[in-house]
Amino acid sequence: MSIIEIKGLSKSYKAGVDALENIDLSVEKGQIYGIIGMSGAGKSTLVRCMNYLERPTKGTVTVDGRELGKLTESELREERRQIGMIFQHFNLLYQKNVIDNISFPLRIQGKSKDEAYKRARELLKEIGMEDKEKAYPAQLSGGQQQRVAIARALTANPKILLCDEATSALDPKTTQSILELLKKINEQYGITIVIITHQMSVVTKICTNVAIISEGHIVEKGTVKEVFGNPKAEETKELLRYADFEIGIEGGLR
Amino acid sequence: MIAEEVIELIKTGTVETLIMTVLTTLFGYIIGLPLGIVLTLTDKNGLRPHKAIYRVLDIFVNILRSVPFLILLIALIPFTRLIVGKSYGTAATVVPLVIAAAPFIGRLVESSLKEVDAGVIEAARSMGASTKDIVFRVMLVEAKTSLIDGVTIAIGTIFGYSAMAGVTGGGGLGSIAVRYGLYRWEYDVMIITVVVLVIIVQIFQNVGSLISKKTDRRRVS
Repeated sequence: MSIIEIKGLSKSYKAGVDALENIDLSVEKGQIYGIIGMSGAGKSTLVRCMNYLERPTKGTVTVDGRELGKLTESELREERRQIGMIFQHFNLLYQKNVIDNISFPLRIQGKSKDEAYKRARELLKEIGMEDKEKAYPAQLSGGQQQRVAIARALTANPKILLCDEATSALDPKTTQSILELLKKINEQYGITIVIITHQMSVVTKICTNVAIISEGHIVEKGTVKEVFGNPKAEETKELLRYADFEIGIEGGLR
Repeated sequence: MIAEEVIELIKTGTVETLIMTVLTTLFGYIIGLPLGIVLTLTDKNGLRPHKAIYRVLDIFVNILRSVPFLILLIALIPFTRLIVGKSYGTAATVVPLVIAAAPFIGRLVESSLKEVDAGVIEAARSMGASTKDIVFRVMLVEAKTSLIDGVTIAIGTIFGYSAMAGVTGGGGLGSIAVRYGLYRWEYDVMIITVVVLVIIVQIFQNVGSLISKKTDRRRVS
């Protein structure tokens, strides 16, 4: 049984624009699944359907055997605790310090401050930022903020981690270190990771599987080796051409 | 030079004005804070969009906000009498002051809460936060600086309104200015009143700015 199973999913907005159309996607436990596409392809909407931050217009999303569309509001909140999420702009609480940010998911679950802090300190060690416990987000670099966001997403021991353009605001070196951290999390805890990105290098560096999304459709999907080794869709070939350019930039032009 | 009694008069007036301002701010926020929260939540881009509730509150706030305070003050005299038993004096003035201040405070709170980064709210939702969690643990916390600035603005405005209430015998420095300045043309009393008012407003403003700056964690200090 797949940990995330999406069937016949469509999402359209009031203006009549179809953001997503008839998406089928299965993510297996332990995979690092990349979803890549150009801006406006609908990939951010797709990842938000995986925790029902956005409700699909049609189709089903089943996470760990539970169909999200059938859950009540409070069951859905419960379910979201199993699904961590990180964002392009980190989205930390800027008026709270690092440890309070990381404790937040446990605090809203009604756990005591001591218990939440204990867990937060474990995670601070994990991300190598034990000394920054009392710092505020504004005092941290982008990479450090994203590490804190990752720790925060892991606080409640989720089974899945969704990453929405998590490295797009970071420089190549920081991107590299965040990707290494994600890989470590995947290997150590067996957390399934879904990565939304427009950066080819992100997919080639850590993903096991990939889906190419273009104008609301998945045009190709499979293991990274299959898809990039033998691209069939025109969109995939185009992305690979951009990838050469991107690697060129990262390789030396910067 | 300045008679003992004048100083005594100003002292009493200042205390009355401060009591009116503090009480009005307090009651104003007891009504205005929930009002601002509901306006934010029920807005079409809010967490709990509700067209009817938003429209009703929005119109209600706009009506009260569009009546000049001096007119509201006079129009509310029967209502004030009903509640306090009389229409003059410090306690009576608090009634129209609260009615004028609450919708104003509601708007201030609404605009502060709407400034909170949508991404942070989305992150909280992704963690399974309820609307209540988001209001009390995210919005009010993240909007802290702006809310404190709002309190400073509210106090300044209420302070000004409270002086206006002097016209209907509201007590405080406003009454002194009306009685001694306007009716008797005792210019020195008038000037002292103005100086005291200016000093108080300056103190409120500076203390407010200081607190908001000291508690703001969004910038590197």
